[in-house]
Amino acid sequence: MKKRLLALILVLILASSMALIGCSKTEDPTDAPPAETPSETEEESPAEEEDKDDGLSIMYWNIGADPLTIDPVLNGASDGGDVINQTFEGLVREKSGTVYPGIAESWEVSPDGLTVTFYLRESKWSDGSPLTAHDFVYSWKRGMDPATASEYAWIWEYTNVVGSAEAVNGGSLDDVGVKALDDHTLEVKLNTPTDYIVSLLSFYHFLPTKQSSVEAGPDGAWAKDPKLAISNGPFKLTSYKIGEGLSLVKNEHYWNADNVKLDGIEGKFIDETATGYQAYQSGELHFIPPISIPAAEVPRLIAEDPNFYVFPLLGTYYYNFNLDLDMWQDVRVRRALTLAIDRELITETLAAGQVPAAGFVPPGFLDADGKDFFETSGNYGIPTDNSGVEEAKKLLAEAGYPDGKGFPEFTIMYNTNENHKLVAEMIQEMFKTNLGLNTKLENQEWAVFQDTRKAGDYELSRGGWLTDFMDPMGLLSIFTTENAYNDPNYSNPKYDELLSKSALTRGKEHFDLLYEAQDILMTELPIIPVYHYSDMMMASPKLVGWDRSVLGTVDFSGAELLD
Amino acid sequence: MATYFLKRIVSMVVTIILITIIAFSMMHTIPGGPFTRERPVPPEILRALEAKYNLDDPLPIQYLNYMKGLVTFDLGPSYSKVGTTVNELITSGFPSSAKIGLLATLLIVGLGVPIGVISALKQNSKLDYFVMIIATLGITVPNFVIGTAIIYFFSGKLGWLPGFGLNSPLAYIGPVIALSGYSLSFISRLTRSSMLEVLRQDYIRTARANGIKEFSVIARHAVKNGLIPVVTYIGPMIATILTGSFVVERVFAVPGLGRHFVESITNRDYTTIMGVTVFYAAFYMIMVLLVDIAYVIIDPRIKFGEDK
Repeated sequence: MKKRLLALILVLILASSMALIGCSKTEDPTDAPPAETPSETEEESPAEEEDKDDGLSIMYWNIGADPLTIDPVLNGASDGGDVINQTFEGLVREKSGTVYPGIAESWEVSPDGLTVTFYLRESKWSDGSPLTAHDFVYSWKRGMDPATASEYAWIWEYTNVVGSAEAVNGGSLDDVGVKALDDHTLEVKLNTPTDYIVSLLSFYHFLPTKQSSVEAGPDGAWAKDPKLAISNGPFKLTSYKIGEGLSLVKNEHYWNADNVKLDGIEGKFIDETATGYQAYQSGELHFIPPISIPAAEVPRLIAEDPNFYVFPLLGTYYYNFNLDLDMWQDVRVRRALTLAIDRELITETLAAGQVPAAGFVPPGFLDADGKDFFETSGNYGIPTDNSGVEEAKKLLAEAGYPDGKGFPEFTIMYNTNENHKLVAEMIQEMFKTNLGLNTKLENQEWAVFQDTRKAGDYELSRGGWLTDFMDPMGLLSIFTTENAYNDPNYSNPKYDELLSKSALTRGKEHFDLLYEAQDILMTELPIIPVYHYSDMMMASPKLVGWDRSVLGTVDFSGAELLD
Repeated sequence: MATYFLKRIVSMVVTIILITIIAFSMMHTIPGGPFTRERPVPPEILRALEAKYNLDDPLPIQYLNYMKGLVTFDLGPSYSKVGTTVNELITSGFPSSAKIGLLATLLIVGLGVPIGVISALKQNSKLDYFVMIIATLGITVPNFVIGTAIIYFFSGKLGWLPGFGLNSPLAYIGPVIALSGYSLSFISRLTRSSMLEVLRQDYIRTARANGIKEFSVIARHAVKNGLIPVVTYIGPMIATILTGSFVVERVFAVPGLGRHFVESITNRDYTTIMGVTVFYAAFYMIMVLLVDIAYVIIDPRIKFGEDK
């Protein structure tokens, strides 16, 4: 009797658990009707098949990881930025370094450079309501408001907008120099003339968000909810499935909708490299980011595949000397270590288009004379190959450590990652062979590493910096005294003075100050520059017209799929 | 029996509380926090973020607040995926994981047990050797290798299967095979060895001597007893498999629960770490309870612990 009762209970439990799973099945996004999630159900090259089936031009794009947020104001990551650039549009849009009018039809800078006035075109949100200058004011103040706690709020300090840096630190939002003169005129007051301000405003943090949407849900939840995700860019969100992907369709209310050729975009969140690469190879994806490109394939792709693209990225990979330690006090030692590295060998081994770095500012910044800052500044006597080794040996001997004798063993620290490990092993070998220095390698999980580095609990540690606006100042300023990102704990009053002066100047004067600052940095060498970053991607030959910003955000507003 | 269940449920609740305390303190012990970024967040914004999520309260208060939410099944907001709650992460991820997991479990039990029984009956035959070699391979080859190989050949080279996602019946094949590989092999080996042991028992000889049909001897007496160790393994296995595998879900780009176990730790997403840990623990304990009930049904010698 007891047994029968038990069996009954068991059956009931099983049945109810089945029912539970059955229930959730209907809610499960993966079971959405095929009409809304077209194509990847087909067997052969579905992307192509589907296009012909219903005549719609849908691009399949691997975004990479599931973005933490796609609310422009809250976002702080590049994958989120890539999505936002398709769904929103700021005052201007930047493609390949050229600034195009966006929601602003035109703008003018006052003679003293302290007032920028934007004249907005008649444009609409994706729900058809009018978009005005007030929306920009709302959105920007939301970004500065400490209550919003936007990760990127610090960028306001570099905009030089009156009162914005104070607002970020809790000052009044009413004192901020951003004003809607009328529905279509936006006035921005600056503390100091800022040449890069217009192009900077194409960055995702400055794109407009609609107050009624934002306030309808907590903490940026609106941006992933198709019902609330009202945007103003070439595309709008129609579905978002956690961990799986999102769907965008052309936004008919976009002011430039006539020039948007794609009917929609299916974005996928495939973070496994081999899976994304394979799906691209079999035609299931049209566009894949660096995360989907296997490192081992890159040399072959560079050599053979016209659909593989490499672009410079505005940033630098380097090592920090912990300047609080006695061992690094002699600049001859720091220079010896810097010269002992064969940067060309490292970039050739990594083989992803990186540029050997002899300075901190990467290629891509034009100075007042239109010359590339990187080229004009030269190499500071730091060869990119191994021809500096003799000088390095001499310097180390002069410092009292001939052939490395007597110099303490030190640890090279990096965050756990295959590429960081490879670079660390190579420089370990170069220090040993070229200078006779013994080193140990240590890696830490990245969040731990961040803490260690910040606490100055290291001897030599990996560093990397990418900038978000078109001025070398954004890079050089991190080594000013007390800067939150000054990991080597470098301090030079002259350097600090040059940087603070450069923030207040424009044109030739501005760049001369920055050239001088980098001279100091590369003479005193608180860091060992290794290489300048690169960005890579693969795009199907059928996909044309796509673009990217120099800061590395993809742009499909003008993309088109050929038959 | 009612007291038995009551005892079990009380002990489950106590276990969950202990687990939350351990997980909570461990997660706050490791360096880094939910807002540690490649580019460090400036101190003033970090303060604003911590205030927003009440991370500036003393830890015991934070723990009590968390437990308050847990009682009402409110697992809190995810710290890294802004605007998403941990409840949403679990309810959106679990169905996908459970669907693959359930299919994998059916495959494992439906195939693994018969294979083990047949191998045991035909011990030392060619079939036995063949099956056991395959099973050894299944145990030793990691699931990401199986998964990547399936994608490479069946979706890449042959184009038979979709390369990612779970949007068609065919898409389930890859993840289910990759997920079952290890357990399928393990179960068939386990069934085989346990069957071999049972077949040597006196009561089997007696049953045969009594002239009971061979099929009946195997099905009624041998298999039933041989399954006890298998059932012990299957309970926790179901809990593990249904809550998703990080590796398999990553390789096949399945929007499941498994990835949150690993990603939440990398992101120091405290609420998600707690949420998935509690979910998994509760699920695991329920499966173990079901196993204990199953023992009683299979083996009449086992009784609920009333006599203790």
